[in-house]
Amino acid sequence: MNIAHLPRGIVAALAEAPATEVSRRNFLRASVAAGGGLMVAFNVPMMGEAVAQQGAGVEVQAWVVVHPDDRVVIRIARSEMGQGTLTGLAQMVVEELDADWARVTTEYPTPGQNLARNRVWGNFGTGGSQGIRQSNDYVRRGGATARMLLVQAAADAWGVPAADCRAASSVITHVPTGRTTTYGKVAAAAAKLPAPTTVALKDPKDWRLVGKRMARLDTVDKTTGKQVYGMDLVLPGMLNAAIKDCPVFGGKIRSIDAAAIEKRPGVRKVVRVGETAVAVVADTWWRAKSALDALPIVWDEGPHAKASSEAFAKVLKEGLDAPQAVVGNQNGDARAAIAAAARKIEAVYSYPHQNHATMEPMNATARYTPGRCEVWCPTQNGEAALAATAEASGLPAAKCDVYKQLLGGGFGRRGQSDYVRQAVLIAKEMPGIPVKLIWSREEDMLHGMFHPVTQCKMTAGLDAQGNITGVHMRISGQSILASVAPQAIRDGRDPVVFQGLNASGPEAAIGYSFPNLLIDHAMRNPHVPAGFWRGVNLNQNAIYLESFIDELAHATRQDPLALRRKLMANHPKHLAVLNAVAQRVGWDQPAPAGVFRGLAQTMGFGSYVAACAEVSVNKDGHLKIHRIVAATDCGYAVNPQQIEAQVEGSFVYGLSAALYGECTVQDGRMVQENFHTYPVMKIDEMPKVETVIVASGGFWGGVGEPTIAVAAPAVLNAIFAATGKRIRDLPLKHHNLAAA
Amino acid sequence: MARLNVNGAVRDCQAEDDTPLLWVLREQLGLTGSKYGCGVAQCGACTVHIDGVPTRSCVRPLASVDANQKIITIEGLSRDGSHPVQKAWAALDVPQCGFCQSGMIMAAVALLKDKPKPTDADIDEAMTNICRCGTYNRIRAAIKVVANGGDTKSAALAIQHADGSVA
Repeated sequence: MNIAHLPRGIVAALAEAPATEVSRRNFLRASVAAGGGLMVAFNVPMMGEAVAQQGAGVEVQAWVVVHPDDRVVIRIARSEMGQGTLTGLAQMVVEELDADWARVTTEYPTPGQNLARNRVWGNFGTGGSQGIRQSNDYVRRGGATARMLLVQAAADAWGVPAADCRAASSVITHVPTGRTTTYGKVAAAAAKLPAPTTVALKDPKDWRLVGKRMARLDTVDKTTGKQVYGMDLVLPGMLNAAIKDCPVFGGKIRSIDAAAIEKRPGVRKVVRVGETAVAVVADTWWRAKSALDALPIVWDEGPHAKASSEAFAKVLKEGLDAPQAVVGNQNGDARAAIAAAARKIEAVYSYPHQNHATMEPMNATARYTPGRCEVWCPTQNGEAALAATAEASGLPAAKCDVYKQLLGGGFGRRGQSDYVRQAVLIAKEMPGIPVKLIWSREEDMLHGMFHPVTQCKMTAGLDAQGNITGVHMRISGQSILASVAPQAIRDGRDPVVFQGLNASGPEAAIGYSFPNLLIDHAMRNPHVPAGFWRGVNLNQNAIYLESFIDELAHATRQDPLALRRKLMANHPKHLAVLNAVAQRVGWDQPAPAGVFRGLAQTMGFGSYVAACAEVSVNKDGHLKIHRIVAATDCGYAVNPQQIEAQVEGSFVYGLSAALYGECTVQDGRMVQENFHTYPVMKIDEMPKVETVIVASGGFWGGVGEPTIAVAAPAVLNAIFAATGKRIRDLPLKHHNLAAA
Repeated sequence: MARLNVNGAVRDCQAEDDTPLLWVLREQLGLTGSKYGCGVAQCGACTVHIDGVPTRSCVRPLASVDANQKIITIEGLSRDGSHPVQKAWAALDVPQCGFCQSGMIMAAVALLKDKPKPTDADIDEAMTNICRCGTYNRIRAAIKVVANGGDTKSAALAIQHADGSVA
């Protein structure tokens, strides 16, 4: 096994490992005869696979490995979960590298290697639509640095100035003589050169790869069944585990009767996982799950055994008028303006708990020995998974590593490492044996990190002419940070609550100006854990604000677009995407007969987005969403066809949430356990989506999430236009849209 | 010991009679292309063909399948991803996370065999699988590409592939 090109971290790790460790890795590549004469292919994607299969490559720079035959491997720190980041980030590096795109592949460095190399690959966290917008500069510099080293190596070999050489598509040319060589031929020499001290990046007008509609690099294996997800992993001697955590949050195990199932076929061990969960380990997952289902468990349901969504809604309602609240954005004196107003408009909205419901339920495979703990898992945060591995195993992080697997969906759920911790705790009970933990769909639904639950009271004051004199937006409800990072809460303030509502800033600024404004938050946290759910707090904030803007337009007999334009005069980038939508949809022309339109706009994750929905509602109240026009200004558009895919996907996620998404607490636990009680949108309900990319340049905005926030309010506003019914509480499935 | 005819080969497997076919395929036969997404026939990620009929294998007990019935999984659709449906899927970059796509492709193959020129209503009726990433519109476009004899340009996505082709 040639390990020459591997980062020092893994070379050191392999050197520390016993000889059997290395040979085991090679062994994993083979197909071996398993019990019963069946052929079972082991497939273990991990760092080093490229080496084992493809021969020696050289790390020219941390992000770039070049093989002698000119194949180029780009290292990707962020996790691929469908959003296309493997391809987008590779485009960024290769743009500056000037390598042949047709010969580019990607690989993940491990979090352990990152730790060992002083975080040379930066942040592994994949959330907040930040993959490209936060790492574009340093990954491009990596590509440019590698190109400069390769060119310098060629120039040195020829004894000519590097300035006389140029690179294109992995070929270096000495311009005066026309001599050429390739990246593969000079890579070894380039790797020995000192890195240049100044690295210039291309002017965006010179980009050849960034901005192009490139096909993804990871598609084909997803069409053949060959792609290995965490759930598909098979290791030699591996056992499988199923788990049940106390269904009531905050509860724990009182007793279990392990003897009742220990003799079932294939069962190897019943393991308590902390105080709250129990796992069954068996030869196959199906046997583990069946045995777990038969295991008598008595729960101590703890202090929240009687908690309910209904009761918590009352707590939220109280927060709407509570005297104490944290101010997120204010100008002027909104309360005074509203009190003095000729007319007052008020509306109360709510947004429920929702589960991420990734298609692939949570899973992780762990192998523990007293000297080393390794985890194979789909994770949005490899470094957090490594930390969880170290903590649960009791070993220092340097003796642990995490091999990231492709994610069958993430949506924020896999930024948490609860399932990693569980897998390690189970594996620790069976040293040396790899154990794959898979959550059932039911476990996944009961133990999500849920979309926070909130209510909102919107109040506006109008003068005698119908001009808005003041707006008060009071949000009452759950804080995500209080759940996942309580140390980040200061004086009751969770700044993430005000996503899309901030006075200014490049991340998520409000797109309206009001003469007097107050936006505040009364934090009320139920016992249900909250998490970052694709779109995060922008989702409900945009529903509240954009619905209310429409309510104000209606109350003052103004066109919803005209009112927005008036209020958005000082927010040109917000307004530009809204105008782009209005133009594409033909707002100044009537919609087709029986079809009604609704608008919404917001800013989040560094991008400006707007949408117009065209819907019809028949006499039975059946809603049909015909067409969506959506515009996004993400500054620079790295791969427009993938932006379109993300925008379309955002409507599926956002409209599934609006139509159906609700997790209800009863007796302290979630009621919905699978897709029959937690339905999601299917192809028959999917509208046409027309995406307008407004790449205004000069900044890098996220794409995976912001559009979700305009999906629901655009449709809610269109429903109002169609029916006169103002839906203020989601999901829509509870509302009868039929004419009274 | 049960005997199954999977992807053209007769395979023996050991599992309890009530074990769902999905888990026999995944854990006994090493065919992990069919996915577990719900276990209650709601999401369709486990879809395989049994004698040509798209079947949710997560609720199909092993004992209910005999060795004369021909099971085709995503792995058996083609040797090299060259089935017209797979080719259309790749040309249009349909998958996002990809976890549901084996089941989607198996459902689409069955639909197109039954109705080579499906209408939108046919697609709505046959494609009841769940995708959370939101690939539905590209799935619809890819099915129409196959119905059009593989004319990927008809989808008008203008995707640039590494081999220089444009879909």
